[in-house]
Amino acid sequence: MSKFKRDYKKHQDLPLMPITFVSSEENQTGFWKTFKPVLEKEKCIKCAICWKFCPEPAIDIGDDDYPTFRMEHCKGCGICANECPKDAIQMVMEEE
Amino acid sequence: MVKMVISGNSASAYGSKLARAEVIAAYPITPQTSIIEKIASLVANGEFETQFVKVESEHSAMAACISASLTGARTYTASSSHGLLLMHEMLIWASGARTPVVMSNINRANGPPWSVWADQHDTMAQRDTGWMQIYCESNQEVLDSILMAYKVGESRDIMLPSMIIEDAFILSHTVEPVDMPDQSAVDDFLPAYDPEMKLDVDDPHGFGSLVMPEWYMEFRYKIAEAMDKTRDKLRDVQKDFESRFGRSYGGLMEFYECEDAEAVLVISGSVASTAKEVVDRMRSAGKKVGLARLRYFRPFPVDEVRWLAKNVNCIGIVDRSYCFGHGGPMAAEIYGALMPVADKPIVKNFIAGLGGRDLTPEVLERLYENMLAIRSGGVDMEIEWVDVKDGRGG
Repeated sequence: MSKFKRDYKKHQDLPLMPITFVSSEENQTGFWKTFKPVLEKEKCIKCAICWKFCPEPAIDIGDDDYPTFRMEHCKGCGICANECPKDAIQMVMEEE
Repeated sequence: MVKMVISGNSASAYGSKLARAEVIAAYPITPQTSIIEKIASLVANGEFETQFVKVESEHSAMAACISASLTGARTYTASSSHGLLLMHEMLIWASGARTPVVMSNINRANGPPWSVWADQHDTMAQRDTGWMQIYCESNQEVLDSILMAYKVGESRDIMLPSMIIEDAFILSHTVEPVDMPDQSAVDDFLPAYDPEMKLDVDDPHGFGSLVMPEWYMEFRYKIAEAMDKTRDKLRDVQKDFESRFGRSYGGLMEFYECEDAEAVLVISGSVASTAKEVVDRMRSAGKKVGLARLRYFRPFPVDEVRWLAKNVNCIGIVDRSYCFGHGGPMAAEIYGALMPVADKPIVKNFIAGLGGRDLTPEVLERLYENMLAIRSGGVDMEIEWVDVKDGRGG
């Protein structure tokens, strides 16, 4: 239970600065994207650089050490594809 | 208590040490560099236990201080001129995030023309960032102001950052005797930082998140309200400091021989020391002049300016920077504060000492004589660029 109130009626009720009450896990921005990342597994060396650079919780590293993309969070920014040292991620136009 | 003969920059470093700053993130820039060199050597010698973070820019330095402050750590940084300008975005973030970071800034001219000398353009350009600004006159005031700034800024009803400002080289690199208070006395005056709100793994929240238009104004109002409260708070803290350490600096604005003065100059920074000498010299020659030293630019000393206008009907404002378009920043603020005053004084704005040009006793005496002359003869110029070479001699 948080010590912060959630219902505000006047400025006196507010905390000093705005705070979130849910994790960014619940803030799904995947619908923003035009391009989606696609992994070419045979090129991937499991270095996890894509996971390190992803600014959203949009890449998981699975038990097999390969990245998987969480499309409900991926905005399609392409940072993973840019950073991949083996060119193993392609950005592909999403279909309607 | 020991007396040390040190520069303003050393006084800043010792101020952060006496305040037990827990995280210090800084990037070097002339003439601030010797502050962080001193801190680095204190840390390396094991005399100062702090997390000293070397960063890649001033923007990162302020970002690191804000983040550390949000975890409940007392933080310190220092910058100057272009470094401060690069911090601008994060300065606004620091006040919005209500992090009472304390930083030293060495007043240095902005380029081009490239310059490393004293000029207030860097800090005046940060007027709207939500930081308290304290313009110092001596190295002792630098050290003492750091201690007081933490106490004011960290009060739970304030929670705002402070900038302690020294003139380039005149304070930053000139040594003066400075009383170094005992650590135990400082600890009694300034207990550990204990914020109401901090990042807490047992109660996780994201801080500084998006707010819709229906609540944005209320958050900004809270900052405005807190900044207004700093006026009384800092007067109380200064009284407390004086009772413990025996030193006082005159609140938001220090008045020197103003009560019966016929003409007063408003000056900030170390030039005020020179002006006090000039006032003494002119007083002994029977000329009733005075000095109002502006210590705080934010919060602005509105009541003090109005008190001055009621006592003195001829006020010259010496700005060591210029707002291109119209007038110096101190003059603009003072004129604004004078609006509700019924009998307005004669005012004149001097732009002087930019880029480190010396403001000598002779220059200041001429400004005082000019004010005494326009008191009876009327204002000759609304804004005068003092001693700008225009080919007409002088």
